[in-house]
Amino acid sequence: MSNRSVIPIGPYHPLQEEPELFRLYVDGERVVDIDIEIGWNHRGIEKLSETKSFDQVTFLIERICGICSTSHPFAYVNAIEDLVGIEPPERAKYIRCVIAELERIHSHLLWVGLAGHFLGYNTVFMWAWKYREPILDICEELTGNRNHYAMMKPGGVRRDLDESKFESVIKRLDELVPKLDILAGAVIDDPVLHARLKGIGILKPEDARRYGAVGPTVRASGIPIDIRADHPYAAYDKVDWKVISLTGGDVYAKAVARVLEMYESVKIIKQCLENMPKGEIDAKVQEVPPGEGIGHAEAPRGETLHYVRSDGTNRPIRHKVRAPTYMNLPTAKATVIGETVADAIIVLASIDPCYCCTERMAMTFDCKSNERVMTGEQLVRLSQEKTRRIRREMGL
Amino acid sequence: MQQEVLERLTRDLGASLKRVFKRSKRRVYLDVEPKDLLSVARYLLAMDGVRYATATGIDTPSGFEVIHHFDFDSNDMIVSVRVIAQRENPTLPSVATVSKAAEWIEREMHDLLGINFENHPDMRRLILPEDWPEDVCPLRRGKPWEGKVPKKI
Repeated sequence: MSNRSVIPIGPYHPLQEEPELFRLYVDGERVVDIDIEIGWNHRGIEKLSETKSFDQVTFLIERICGICSTSHPFAYVNAIEDLVGIEPPERAKYIRCVIAELERIHSHLLWVGLAGHFLGYNTVFMWAWKYREPILDICEELTGNRNHYAMMKPGGVRRDLDESKFESVIKRLDELVPKLDILAGAVIDDPVLHARLKGIGILKPEDARRYGAVGPTVRASGIPIDIRADHPYAAYDKVDWKVISLTGGDVYAKAVARVLEMYESVKIIKQCLENMPKGEIDAKVQEVPPGEGIGHAEAPRGETLHYVRSDGTNRPIRHKVRAPTYMNLPTAKATVIGETVADAIIVLASIDPCYCCTERMAMTFDCKSNERVMTGEQLVRLSQEKTRRIRREMGL
Repeated sequence: MQQEVLERLTRDLGASLKRVFKRSKRRVYLDVEPKDLLSVARYLLAMDGVRYATATGIDTPSGFEVIHHFDFDSNDMIVSVRVIAQRENPTLPSVATVSKAAEWIEREMHDLLGINFENHPDMRRLILPEDWPEDVCPLRRGKPWEGKVPKKI
């Protein structure tokens, strides 16, 4: 192991949602080992949650994640409803689904754009983020906010949706579909992307099971786990949609899985808006009895799980939060090892770990001299150059 | 469907279960002794469509409760296995020796609650910095800690 050097990626940029330090051990071009360190920006949300009333906790945990901001409150209200033993009204269930699926679309579009950037497809980056805008506009129109919608509430939703807006929302969702076709075409038909993404970063089904991975990461490995279908909550069992499951487990399969999932989300939102029942939106939780409750929800990145224990007061005495990336990140040990440094960036990004700011902090050190030889920007450039090289070789 | 699973669990694991609590048909809690934890975990993970989700550690008056949550994806239920560690020198068998998925969460509980997990493959700090004092556990209840926060934070 005389030629083994270390490439640290990270640890953090305070704006990034999940600061991580990846230590890539490389032998020449090959990654031979990886070490992941988290906890660089631990915010103590679980402890903080014990100081808030059950109603206030939803606002606190909405701020865990900036991109999938509704998935944590969603899992939390499921946990409280399990604890109290009530069902939210039908209309509230449909509204919850609409918000969660809008979020899935904009989160997946964000990832597609970033993945494009890492690979040197800045046009894809621009397009994906441009198509994301109308979705954020819809979120703002329906809830009052582009993000942090504050819609979830134990027992229901906080405000009703304005039905006069549904028609224009459905129209804009219909307009999104041809744009998704372009993106799908860009991923599925492009020979360069095939060369870059196929067969790299493979997560084998048995590894996926061993690491307990969740979300599109595991669905791309041929394991059709989806909380929305397996543990139906809200209105997911009342609309027609299918779980996207692909085989291969490589970065390509994960990218395609995310693109195809957006079509399903469009389908779900349209059905929810068209069939939304009239009536109450809040079952009004009066008090939370002593006991424990578990709730989970399918976030864009996979299963989010919350455990809440109450002692009969108005505050939780324990609130455990488990985000999907917590399970997906360790799979990097199974996927990155054996790949080249130029591919490592996209393999690490393939689980969608909210990775957007990390690369600004990345530096490469030579192990022996401890000299900085490469910045994160250069690492991304390395990945982009590989795409250009493949293009040249293909004569494109 | 869930009833069948529950019957199967009580039949096969009966001897190891101190208490079976059916919160609702989708949520079941099994209380076990620490010595039986690994065999129960092994049995659950060998079942079809069962996945290790995570664990919750709680500081309670009767000791440190650790609840391992197992997702039964093909049966729409969550089975939680509860063990209690003594307050003095809390030690529990490590589920990470059975499932890799438990590796991080046990490191986290070791950091925040000071529970030792026997034979854990990699018991380094996960969340707290390396120079964090060994005897200070942020999620333990009791007197607030008045020492100095290590510089690294």
